[in-house]
Amino acid sequence: MQLNTPRIVPALDAPESIRRRNWRMLKDRLATYSMTLGGISVIIAIVLIFFYLLYVVYPLLVPASATRTADYALPAPDAGNTLFLDVDEKADLGVRFTHLGHVVFFNAKNGAVISDETLKLPSDVQITSYNANEENGLMLYGLSNGHVVLIQRHFRESFEGQRRVIKPEITYPLGDNPVVLDEKNQSLIALSLQRDSKSTTLTGITQDQRLIVANYQEKESFLEDDKTLERTASEIHLSEGSDIQFMVLDKNQENLYLANKHGQILQYNVKDKEKPLLMQTVPAFEKGQITTLKILTGGISLLVGNSEGKVSQWFPVRNEKNEQPLTHIRDFTSQNASIIQISTEQRRKGFVAADSEGKIGIYNSTAHRTLLVEKISDVSLKQLVISPRADNLLAEDVKGQIYLWKVHNEHPEVSWTALWGKVWYESYPKPDYIWQSSSASNDFEPKFSLTPLTFGTLKGALYAMLIAVPLAIFGGIYAAYFMSPKMRGIVKPSIEVMQAIPTVVLGFLAGLWLAPFLEKNLPGTFAVFLIIPLGVLLFAWLWHITPKRFTNWLPDGWHAAMLIPIVLILLAISFYLSAPLEQLLFDGDMRLWLNKVGITFDQRNALVVGFAMGVAVIPTIFSITEDAVFSVPKHLTTGSLALGATPWQTMTRVVILTASPGIFSAVMIGMGRAVGETMIVLMATGNTPVMDFNLFQGMRTLSANIAVEMPESEHNSTHYRVLFLAALVLFTFTFLVNTAAEVVRHRLRKRYGSL
Amino acid sequence: MKNWFKSGDPWIWLTAASVSLSLIVVFSLVIIIMARGLGYFWPATIIEARYEEPNVPPITMLGEIYDYEKVLTRRLSKNLQPLANGEEFIKRSLIKTGNRELYGLDFRWVVAPALKEIRYPENVLVVERREWGNFYGYLQALKQNGQVVSTGEEAWKKLSGELSRAHDLFSKINHIEKGEMGAINYNLEKLRLKERRLQLQNDSDPKKKAEIEEQRQSYHKQSEEHKKQLTDLYKEINRDSIVVKEMGGKEVEITLAKVVAAYRPNSLSFPQKIAFYLGKVWEFMTDEPREANTEGGIFPAIYGTVIMVLMMSLIVTPFGVITAVYLHEYAKQGFLTRTIRIAVNNLAGVPSIVYGVFGLGFFVYFLGGSIDRIFYPEVSPAPMFGTPGLLWASLTLALLTVPVVIVATEEGLSRIPKSIREGSLALGATKAETLWRTILPMASPAVMTGLILAIARAAGEVAPLMLVGVVKLAPSLPLDMNAPFLHLERKFMHLGFHINDLGFQSPNVEAARPLVYATAFLLVLVIIILNLTAIWIRNRLREKYKSLETV
Repeated sequence: MQLNTPRIVPALDAPESIRRRNWRMLKDRLATYSMTLGGISVIIAIVLIFFYLLYVVYPLLVPASATRTADYALPAPDAGNTLFLDVDEKADLGVRFTHLGHVVFFNAKNGAVISDETLKLPSDVQITSYNANEENGLMLYGLSNGHVVLIQRHFRESFEGQRRVIKPEITYPLGDNPVVLDEKNQSLIALSLQRDSKSTTLTGITQDQRLIVANYQEKESFLEDDKTLERTASEIHLSEGSDIQFMVLDKNQENLYLANKHGQILQYNVKDKEKPLLMQTVPAFEKGQITTLKILTGGISLLVGNSEGKVSQWFPVRNEKNEQPLTHIRDFTSQNASIIQISTEQRRKGFVAADSEGKIGIYNSTAHRTLLVEKISDVSLKQLVISPRADNLLAEDVKGQIYLWKVHNEHPEVSWTALWGKVWYESYPKPDYIWQSSSASNDFEPKFSLTPLTFGTLKGALYAMLIAVPLAIFGGIYAAYFMSPKMRGIVKPSIEVMQAIPTVVLGFLAGLWLAPFLEKNLPGTFAVFLIIPLGVLLFAWLWHITPKRFTNWLPDGWHAAMLIPIVLILLAISFYLSAPLEQLLFDGDMRLWLNKVGITFDQRNALVVGFAMGVAVIPTIFSITEDAVFSVPKHLTTGSLALGATPWQTMTRVVILTASPGIFSAVMIGMGRAVGETMIVLMATGNTPVMDFNLFQGMRTLSANIAVEMPESEHNSTHYRVLFLAALVLFTFTFLVNTAAEVVRHRLRKRYGSL
Repeated sequence: MKNWFKSGDPWIWLTAASVSLSLIVVFSLVIIIMARGLGYFWPATIIEARYEEPNVPPITMLGEIYDYEKVLTRRLSKNLQPLANGEEFIKRSLIKTGNRELYGLDFRWVVAPALKEIRYPENVLVVERREWGNFYGYLQALKQNGQVVSTGEEAWKKLSGELSRAHDLFSKINHIEKGEMGAINYNLEKLRLKERRLQLQNDSDPKKKAEIEEQRQSYHKQSEEHKKQLTDLYKEINRDSIVVKEMGGKEVEITLAKVVAAYRPNSLSFPQKIAFYLGKVWEFMTDEPREANTEGGIFPAIYGTVIMVLMMSLIVTPFGVITAVYLHEYAKQGFLTRTIRIAVNNLAGVPSIVYGVFGLGFFVYFLGGSIDRIFYPEVSPAPMFGTPGLLWASLTLALLTVPVVIVATEEGLSRIPKSIREGSLALGATKAETLWRTILPMASPAVMTGLILAIARAAGEVAPLMLVGVVKLAPSLPLDMNAPFLHLERKFMHLGFHINDLGFQSPNVEAARPLVYATAFLLVLVIIILNLTAIWIRNRLREKYKSLETV
C-alpha cells in the first residue's frame, strides 16, 4: 500500500537522516569532550593554587649548592705568598695581596695576570702583619718599623659600548707615605682596622705585647691640596704571656676583640681612643684553640673559629646592670678540621668557613643553618673569599692552587627555627619570636618568625569565636526549632544579608566607630555581658507570672521579635550605666586604671576585632547550625514530646545530640573564616606583631601581614617567599578545617537519610 | 520559680534573645551607615558664635557643628573645668571651621558652654573649593581683573552667573587637558613603543621611521595648539574672584577658578535644601575625587568596580557552569567526584588573601611577565602586563568566585527531576540536546543566583585586590575613548579599597569620615540588593520545582 501523504520525517535509513544523525552524534560527542575538558581544566586550575604556592615556597627548603667553575695555578707566584684574596662583584677579577707588598690582579676565570703592582715601601722594612676589610676593599699592612700602610683596591666598572670592562686600581686613603702607628717603632704582629667617611681607627699589637689604639681624623687643609691626619692614640701594656694572635674591631669603632693562644677572647671598649677599657676576658671554647676571628656583616656579631672545626657566634648582650658583656650565642659544628679562615657575606648574615681538610662550609647565622659543606681541595685551604653577591667563592690551598666556585644560595635566612622557634637576634637581650621583615640597609638582620603572626591569627579568631559561637549557635537553635515559620522567613534572609556585608565595611566601622565607642564605654561594654542575660531572664519571668490572658496575644515562636525592644532597652541601660560604673569601680577612668594594674591599652585592640569579626562569622555559624538542627527528623522530636518531655528537654537531649556533628562543623567553618579574615583585622587593630593574650592590645595576623607587606616585597626575594609560605599555611589550615567540617556534615546527612 | 527553671523556658528565652541581638546588630549596622552616609549631603546650618574660654581672649567661631560628645569634666584642662558649673559631664562640640589655609586645621573641638551668642546669619557664604576644603565667611565683593565690580547683596546676585561661566571654562579646560591632551600623550607613548619595537627587531626601514616621525610631529603640533588654547582659557577663568571676610575679620580673595560651589545654607528653604541634597548626591556619584580623595565624588571607584565585576562575570559564568555540568551530568559519580565536590566547596572557605597572593605570583609575575617578554619586549623596563592590573584582578576574583557559581549551578541541576532528563532522552534527544534544550534553560535561574552571589562577593572583596590591581587614585579609567578602549593592563579604583584608603590612609580623616560612610552605604546597598535578588530568585525556583515534582 502506497501512502500519498507527504513525509514529514524522512525515513530512518534515508541518507539525510543518517547524515543528520551522525551530525547530532558528533555534536553530542563534541559537547561531552568540551564539557569534560572545561570541567577538568577548572578543577586543575583550582588545584594549581595549592601547587603554585608550594612551588614558590619550595626554594626556601633547598639547601645551597656549589659547582666548580675553574681552578688554576697561583698567578704571579714570584710576587710572594698570598696574605689575602679578594674578588669583584661578578667574579671576573680576582686580587691577591702578598707578603712582599705586591698586589696582583688576575682574571678570576683563568688566572691570567692583569696587573701586578708594588706598594711604595721604604727599602729596609718588611710586612709583618695585615688586616683586610673586603666590604670596602681596604687592606692594612703592618711594617717592621711600627708604621702601617693603608691601601684600597677598586674595581672600576665602565662600559665600552655594550661590553662591561673592569679596571683595577689602587689608592692610598691615608696618603702615600706609611703612617706611624707605634711611636716606639716596634714591629707590628697583629692589626685591625675600621674606616668610615672621615674617621679611621687602627689598632695594633707590637712585638713586645703592647696594644695600640689610634684614631686618625682626616682634615682637609684650605691652602694646600693634600689632607692632614690628626692622630689620637693610646697604648696599653698587655700582661706577660698574653700571647695575642688575632684582633678585630667592630664597625662602630667601639668594641675591640682580641684572641690569645690560650683560647680566650678579650673585649676592649675603645669608644674613647685615649682610654681603652678591658671589659672582660672570656674563654671561647672548652676544647681547641682559636684559629680565626671575624666580624659578621652588620658589625655586631663576632665569629670565632677553632682548631676543632667549630665556629661560634658571640655578640654583646645588654644585661640588667646595663652592661653589655660578650655572650655566646650559637655554635656551628658541621666541619671537623681546624678552621683556617672565615669570609662573611656582605649583604646577608651568612659566612663561609674554610678548614684544613680542604672543605668549605656555608652557614647562616640567624637561621642557625648549615647550608653546605663541600670539599674543594685535597689539601688544606689557605685563603677564602666570597664575592659581594655571595654567589662566587675564590679559594687558595696550601699548594698554591686557586679555585673558583659558583655558589647557589638563594634563601639561607630561612629554617625551621627561624620561622617557628625562638631566635636570639643581634641586639636583643634574649631569644625571642620576632617578625620584622624589611629595612633599607644590608646590616639589618631580617626577622622572619611566623610565630607571632600565627599567634595573632589565633588570638583574633579566638576572641571572635568567643563572641560569635554562643550567639550564633543559640540563635540557630532557636531559629530552627522554636521560631514560627513566618518569622523564620524574615530572619533567615536578614542573616544571609549579614553574611554578604563586605568585611571592609565591617572593618572600617570597627576601626572608626566601634573602637572609639568602646574606648569611651568600656565598663558598659562589659556590663552588657551581664545585664542582657539577666535582664532577659527577668523579663521572661515577669512574662511567665503575668496572667495568661495578658500574654496570649503573642503567638508561639515570636519571642525573638518580642525581645528586640527589650534587648535594645537593656543595651541602652548598660551604656547608660557605663560612666557611673567607671566612677564606682575604676576611679572614673578605666584606661588609666588598666594602665595602673599593668595592662596596656590600645584603642584598636583584640576586643574590637572580636566584636567585628564575631559579627562577620555569626551568619556562617548561624546558617549551618540552623540547617543542622532543622534537618533533625521530625519523628524524633515528636516522639520525645509525646513521651512527656518538655520542649527544652527535647532540645537538649534529642535535637542537639543528633545535630551535634553539624554544629561542630558550623563552628569549624566559622573558625576557618575568622582565621583567614583580612580586612577587619587590618583596619581594626594596630597591626603590631606582639605575642600577648591581652584583650586590650592589638595583634598582627598572617593575612593582614600579607596584605601589608606583599605589595612592597621584592619578587622572588626571601621575604616574598616567606609571605607565600604564610599564605600556604593559611590555605592548608583553612582547607583542612573546612574539609573536616564537610566530611562530618556528609556523615550527618547520611545518618539522617537512614533515620 | 524553680519549676519554671526546670521547664527550660528561661533558656528558650535566652536563645531567642540571641536571635534578637543578631538582628539588632544587622539592622543597626545598616542604619548607622545609612544615617551617617546620607546625612552628609544635607546642607548644614552654619552658626556664628563668640567662643569664650576663661582667661583667653574671646574669638568668633563660624562653622557647622559636626559632632558632639559628653566628656568627664575632670579630663578637661583645669582652665576649662569651671565652665561645667559643677556638673560631672560637659558637652563638647566638633566644629568644622574650614579655612584650612589660614588656621592649619579645619576641625575644632570646643566646649559647648563657652559658645556664647549663637546666631544663624542668613548671609553666611559657604565656598566649596578645589583645594584647601571649604571656606566660610561673608561675601564682600566680586572682582573682575582685580577691579571691584559689585559689592554686598549685589555681588551675591551676580555670583551665580559668574560661577557658571567659570564652571563652563573649567570643563572646557578639563576636556582639553584630560581628554585631548590625554589622547595625544597616549598616542605619543604608543609611537615611542612602536619605535622601540622596530629598534629591537633591528628593523631600520627609513620609511617606517619617517612615518613615525611625521606622526609625532603632527601630534606635537596639535599639542602646541591645545597649549595655546589653554593659556587663553586660563586667562579667562582667572578673571573673576570674590572677596570673602572670614571669622577672624580678615578679607580673603578667592578666584572663581578654584570654586566648586558657593551657597548660603542658612537662607535655603526646605525645597531648596532637598534640591541641594539631590544635587550633592548626584555630584558624589558622578564626580572625580578631589583633595586626596577626601572631597568630591567617587565616580572612578564605581566605574572601576563595575568594569572589574563585569569582566569577572564574563570569565566566571562559562567556566563555572561548564564545571558544574561536567561534575553533575558527565563525570562518573564516585569517590573522585565526591572529593572534588568537597574540595570545590572548601575553596569558598579559603581566605581571599590567599587568592590575592596566588594572583600576584601566578598571574601578575608569571603570566604577565611572560606576556611582556614575548609580546611586548619594547615596554621594558617598565612592565605592562607584568604589574597588577584590571585583567589580573578580574581573573583572580573569577577564581575566587568560581566555587560559588559551581555550587549554585550544581544545586540547580540536582533539583531538576530525573523524569525530565529521562523524558527527553526517551524522545530520542542526544545528551547534548537534552542539556542544551531542557536542562540548562531550567537551571538558568540557579546559574543566575550563583552569578549574583559571585558578583556580590566580588564587589565587596578587597584584600586580594590590594595585591593584584587596585590603587587609591588611578590617573585614567580602564575603559575610555582611546583605542583599544578597554585597557586590561591598567590599574583601577574600587569602592571597597576606597573605603579602606579613605578611612585609614587619608591625611584628613575627620573630613573624609562622612565620605567613607557614604561610600560604604553605596557598597552595602548594592550588595544587599544583589543578595536579596538572589534569595528571591532562589525561593521562586524552589517553588517552581516543588510544583514540578508533584506533577
